[in-house]
Amino acid sequence: MFAITAKEQLSADVYSMWIHAPLIAEERQAGQFIILQIDNEFGERVPLTIADANRETGDVRIIFQAVGASTKRLAQMSIGDTLPVFLGPLGRPTEIKKHEGIVVCVGGGIGVAPLHPIAQAMKQAGNKVIVIMGARNKDLLILEDEMRAIADELIICTDDGSVGRKGLVTEPLKEVCERGNISECVTIGPPVMMKFCALTTLPYQIPTVASLNSIMIDGTGMCGGCRVLVGGKIKFVCVDGPEFDAHQVDFDNLMKRNRSFIPREREDHCNLLRMADEKASEQN
Amino acid sequence: MFISREELDSEAQTLWTSIKNKALTPKERIAIDQQPMPVQEPSIRARNMQEVAMGYTETQARVEASRCLQCKNAPCMKDCPVSINIPAFIHEIAKGNYADALGIIRQSSILPAICGRVCPQESQCQKHCTMGAIRKDINQGIAIGRLERFVADWQRANEASAPIDNTVKPATGKKVAVVGSGPSGITVAADVRREGHDVTLFEAFQKPGGVLVYGIPEFRLPKAIVDKEVEGLKKMGVHVVPNFVVGRTRKLRDLMDKDGFDAVYIGSGAGLPRFMGIPGEELVGVFSANEYLTRANLMKAYDNAHAATPYYPAKRVAVLGGGNVAMDAARMAFRLGAEEVYLVYRRGRNEMPARAEEVEHAEEEGVNFQFLCNIERVIGDENGVVTAIECLRYELGEPDASGRRSPVPIEGSAFTLPMDAVIIAIGNASNPLIPQTTTGLEINRRGNIVVNPETQETSIPGVFAGGDIVLGAATVILAMGEGRRAAKGINAYLAQK
Repeated sequence: MFAITAKEQLSADVYSMWIHAPLIAEERQAGQFIILQIDNEFGERVPLTIADANRETGDVRIIFQAVGASTKRLAQMSIGDTLPVFLGPLGRPTEIKKHEGIVVCVGGGIGVAPLHPIAQAMKQAGNKVIVIMGARNKDLLILEDEMRAIADELIICTDDGSVGRKGLVTEPLKEVCERGNISECVTIGPPVMMKFCALTTLPYQIPTVASLNSIMIDGTGMCGGCRVLVGGKIKFVCVDGPEFDAHQVDFDNLMKRNRSFIPREREDHCNLLRMADEKASEQN
Repeated sequence: MFISREELDSEAQTLWTSIKNKALTPKERIAIDQQPMPVQEPSIRARNMQEVAMGYTETQARVEASRCLQCKNAPCMKDCPVSINIPAFIHEIAKGNYADALGIIRQSSILPAICGRVCPQESQCQKHCTMGAIRKDINQGIAIGRLERFVADWQRANEASAPIDNTVKPATGKKVAVVGSGPSGITVAADVRREGHDVTLFEAFQKPGGVLVYGIPEFRLPKAIVDKEVEGLKKMGVHVVPNFVVGRTRKLRDLMDKDGFDAVYIGSGAGLPRFMGIPGEELVGVFSANEYLTRANLMKAYDNAHAATPYYPAKRVAVLGGGNVAMDAARMAFRLGAEEVYLVYRRGRNEMPARAEEVEHAEEEGVNFQFLCNIERVIGDENGVVTAIECLRYELGEPDASGRRSPVPIEGSAFTLPMDAVIIAIGNASNPLIPQTTTGLEINRRGNIVVNPETQETSIPGVFAGGDIVLGAATVILAMGEGRRAAKGINAYLAQK
């Protein structure tokens, strides 16, 4: 069993938790993820990218948005509660190296969480790092201080202009590309955002990496549920990824596949969502 | 025509009364027909998850065992991957000595309740049965698997009077890591632990059992049986560690260099599912059989009221493939609410690698078989969701170099079938995870681990491997056979160390 050692609410429905998992804390590298379950018998497997880890305490940080039945129930758990399943670190680590030019990291929404350890590792490797982060509004912006501490330049965008620039992350990304001397772009966020980041960097021929969050069950190269099209070929996010050449990824297909079970979750599983909502309102 | 278990038992009792105190002549034995396996009624079972085959009654088992001719040369043992002394255990069943029968089986196989249910007997033991040859019908051979299952089930029901011997030799102080808790890993863990070594069994999933748990459905292999076998390992002192991916949570070499394991067995099982490479395979509603079955089995998606993992609702389902996994997927589709299930296979009925009984059961449950047929294209709507499949008919062409007649498409035979979901069950490639993360581990062109066939040792001294990661996709009993050999190899390796 894996105990929750710290919990913090970062925004309206975004939570940060530290989970005691010493082996994962020791082995994990930037870009890797875990799979958790909140119920051993009937729980679903939720993949989440590792946001941070502390080898001394043996704790691993996850940041998640309470949107589905499982993440809503997770959000209701407290310090001292335990998770029966916390598996990892999974996936191939990000390739971290010293580049000739600048590394630009673009994160959107909850995607800023997995972007943080990558930006951090890129900085530690001696790179100049520009961070562009976006959110719908000021309240949904996360990890601003953490990113500010790392970034040589930090650009914030919100859809409503409540903080930073008003507009999409692709606008400052284009400006940064125009300035030149960009060696690599790393983008993590909603697939639609990553798609447009890839389209933005393409004309400048800037190598661009996207970290994909697909439907997944085992996460160890068995079930094939996480398959995506990269350069027209089937690739598996759990063992070939999660990071791929963003210019080769079929984001439209990823978006469709990620919605495979949505009608069902809304209709047939509304009882689970309802239970989670009820429990939340009881606690409030 | 469907015959209930009670009726089958009463027929067996009548027969048994007439033969029980007689020394039967071979001619009399040959005159007795094979005892049919009692099953749940097809239209009912296709909508529930309970086991389809209910097992022989005691009388049926004794009648069936009495048919055995007790051949001196025991042809039935020839193709058993673990060389069970088949005539001997059947002889004990005929006499009513079930505990002795089980003892004989367990000398060779530690998982009779499982193998009796899932082994392809018609291509192994029963294939060579003299009775089948005399009756000129393999289905009239002795039902060896059903008898094996009967004894194992009898033991589970009579545990107090016939306990399993879980004793182990005194501790050697040597540590062995077993990676993967499927059939080969379970076998290795038991055989190595018996020698007195300290064994830790690592499993990536939340529950041990591997393919027995995530792949083979409840209606064919109840999970309580697998749990029981794992409990047996724990009673022997095997440490079972779930939620641990060797290669990721800990590198394989670190298990030896940092954690003090003296030997490691890799039984990490099947790898990534293969796809056809046809247009439309990326559409929403196309699944690998591995994903489809894992959702339903391990994650219990069929239990709507409790499970958080959804399954994909589909009224019309097509399954591509002809193996056991394809049968499981097709039959599972009915249990998840499908109204029409098609099984599309490129060759003919006799070429299907699936167990005969599974094909029969699938047919009874209403699976629509399309032989000599292949899916050429999956068709979707504007949202990228499956709406139909386009198929082509095939015919058997001239024999190729190997003498096999390979199927060739018939021009102009294309047709489409409306479909909600498509399940691809054409096998697995190898799992790249451990080779990817272990330096110096030799793999072949297909990505399978290369081993010494005598000992199952890999290119790294002290590291052994077996099961699907070595064989590619195979069967439970072949994996067990590899496990047996590997355990011998490990025990010999540790004895010298």
